[in-house]
Amino acid sequence: MIRAGLLALVLLAAAPAAAVQPDEVLPDPALESRARELSKNLRCLVCRNESIDESHADLARDLRLLLRERLVAGDSDDEAMAFIVDRYGEYVLLTPTTGGSNLLLWLAGPAMLGAGGLIAAQYLRRRSGAGDPAPETLSEADARRLAELLDR
Amino acid sequence: MIVELGHFALVLALAVALIQSVVPLIGAQRRWGTWMSVGEPAAITQVLLIGFSFAALTYAFVTSDFSLRLVVQNSHTLKPMIYKISGVWGNHEGSLLLWVLILALYGACVAWFGGNLPPSLRARVLAVQGMIGVAFLAFLLFTSNPFLRLAIPPMNGRDLNPLLQDPGLAFHPPFLYLGYVGLSMAFSFAVAALIEGRVDAAWGRWVRPWTLAAWVFLTIGIALGSWWAYYELGWGGFWFWDPVENASFMPWLFAAALLHSAIVVEKREALKSWTILLAILAFGFSLIGTFIVRSGVITSVHAFANDPERGVFILMILGLFMGGALTLYAARASAMEAKGVFAPVSRESALVANNLLLAVSAFVVFVGTVWPLVAELVFDRKLSVGPPFFNMAFTPFVVALAVLLPVGSVLPWKRGDLFRAAQPLAGVLVLSMALGALAWTLQTQRSILGPVGLVLAAWVVLGALADLWQRAGRGPLALRLARLTRLPRSDWGKAAAHIGFGVTVFAVAAVTAWKTEDIRVVQIGETYPLGPYVVQLRDVRDVPGPNYMATQAELVLQRDGQEIATLRPEKRMYPVARMPTTEAGIDHSLLRDVYLVIGDEQAAGGWAVRSYIEPFVNFIWIGCLLMALGGGLSLSDRRFRVAAGARRAAPGAVAAE
Repeated sequence: MIRAGLLALVLLAAAPAAAVQPDEVLPDPALESRARELSKNLRCLVCRNESIDESHADLARDLRLLLRERLVAGDSDDEAMAFIVDRYGEYVLLTPTTGGSNLLLWLAGPAMLGAGGLIAAQYLRRRSGAGDPAPETLSEADARRLAELLDR
Repeated sequence: MIVELGHFALVLALAVALIQSVVPLIGAQRRWGTWMSVGEPAAITQVLLIGFSFAALTYAFVTSDFSLRLVVQNSHTLKPMIYKISGVWGNHEGSLLLWVLILALYGACVAWFGGNLPPSLRARVLAVQGMIGVAFLAFLLFTSNPFLRLAIPPMNGRDLNPLLQDPGLAFHPPFLYLGYVGLSMAFSFAVAALIEGRVDAAWGRWVRPWTLAAWVFLTIGIALGSWWAYYELGWGGFWFWDPVENASFMPWLFAAALLHSAIVVEKREALKSWTILLAILAFGFSLIGTFIVRSGVITSVHAFANDPERGVFILMILGLFMGGALTLYAARASAMEAKGVFAPVSRESALVANNLLLAVSAFVVFVGTVWPLVAELVFDRKLSVGPPFFNMAFTPFVVALAVLLPVGSVLPWKRGDLFRAAQPLAGVLVLSMALGALAWTLQTQRSILGPVGLVLAAWVVLGALADLWQRAGRGPLALRLARLTRLPRSDWGKAAAHIGFGVTVFAVAAVTAWKTEDIRVVQIGETYPLGPYVVQLRDVRDVPGPNYMATQAELVLQRDGQEIATLRPEKRMYPVARMPTTEAGIDHSLLRDVYLVIGDEQAAGGWAVRSYIEPFVNFIWIGCLLMALGGGLSLSDRRFRVAAGARRAAPGAVAAE
């Protein structure tokens, strides 16, 4: 943890550059916009939770260039991402895959909504069907008192 | 000397908090009036002691007392005065002192304004508040003492992290903490009610203002933080789903759910045990947030002063309070029997749906935030969960909330007829769809995001207005307008907060869908087009700052040959901290921001310049302010001042409605 922090600090101090540099931009705007979209989904490995699209670090720049190289070479989006994930591991993906244990992550929301919805539906049924314990009509004493008040 | 007194006051505050957490609790159990009444003076003494301690630390920062370790690590004589003061909470120890100060302040507020609470409830609330105080004061004194001295003081300090040298630091953390810590009040009330064994409409009426206040502060705090992250480069823009951002967002979502469910408790005496659970969870998530921010177990762009050992201590506090409260809840919640009966189509049901969506969306944010940790510990997979996941997983909840909101808020209590209640909304629906269609035809991209955002926002905003208009009753225009001005403040508050929500939804969709970006190398004197504007790079020069060196560019923004603004983005180097920062040049206006950033000088001549047009971006924060304003209006409603006290006159008697 401390070492990663120090590394990030050194890199920050050494490279005050902004994110995507003008010399990285591809001449073909369609290809470039694909590269931008993909790089928003790739993590800068030496930074604190930044995508390579925004990072200042040299390593992020290398990854941006690598990604563009693959796209220029004719890779599809999936192929280019697979190429990078093969080399850097799934840690580099900002959108986790849906495979294996990650299914839990993706299904957590819908499952919770389903379970919560069932509980809520049951609660609503109880609230409406439980019959009214308090009678809607007034008791005799109250009715008399009301009549008195109204007459006054 | 003053510093030692501050240190001593802090130790004394711990002792007072111990008394406050024990004596009133026993008093309330045994019905001993004198023991119960210890709570108020203890709470007031505590805030005075911690306040003095905070003032002493501020004094040390202002006078640059470099015999104090904390001052050495976070200050410098050349630093401007405002950052010497805000630097007090620009670090772990000082910010924790601010945390306990605010905690004590809320406790004292119970003593000051809690006159109309039943004595036993007040004593128990103060005792629980005192317990939280004990835990955090002990944490502060034993692991993160801000008053540690150095044997050999250095000549000067190491300066505050340059990213934090910004007016944002002066306002963002205090508001955020007022919100975070304010939720401790809801927690204390919930635990006190569980000990008392009763929750009634009056309880709902007491808890709601505290939750509202905390939520308003949290809203402002998050909005300020988001704005700061927007104009400060390297923080990922207005919202990044960073763990630290999520840490503040989860309690916000729970607080929003809580303040809606407390309405049902207050007006209909239903949802009692759920509201208690929400109150416990809301504060629990604010503790989880504290843990995430300070332990450093999850990496974040905003992290500062991480220390895993402190994390263990916070985890213990979290386990103690959540474990205790939830055990108590399990034992006592079944005693909270609901009274109100309502049909499946009713305002109550709509609020249940609101709570379901808010709570589950907070749960989704939580799972996404801790998943990297879980995956590594349990499944041995090192992976990341970033903004794309949250955008995908969270957005459906916002959409569902926005779709349901106008319908739910026009439904009557108890039972309603969906078609009759929704009739006034028919026009709103048609108008929103038409607006969306217009945006769809006008925009140049094919993204559906912008138009959909507009439809939802118009539906929410116009729906809130239609609801208000409906409340003005029937009759001639003048009469309706007159009735409108006499509506309770809480009705206006509701409308304002819902409109704010709609405005923020629209702005987020609009800026995400319609943003323009341009990256290029520009020679000095050269011009380039940017959307409808032309930008000229006039000059780049070195400018000295008080404690940094800046490279400043002068860029002129023109439209149709007219100069609109001159922007001066900077790159700064802070020599003491040896850290560079980048300051953007922004031309703010209501409908769009022009955002310019100067990059590096290129080897072949010229400078890298990045330019953005951010449409409607300021409405993100205008929407947040409207939400906060709505909360404030609701807070000032007459019933919180008048009706809450009514119970003292007739104890035990609770109005049915």
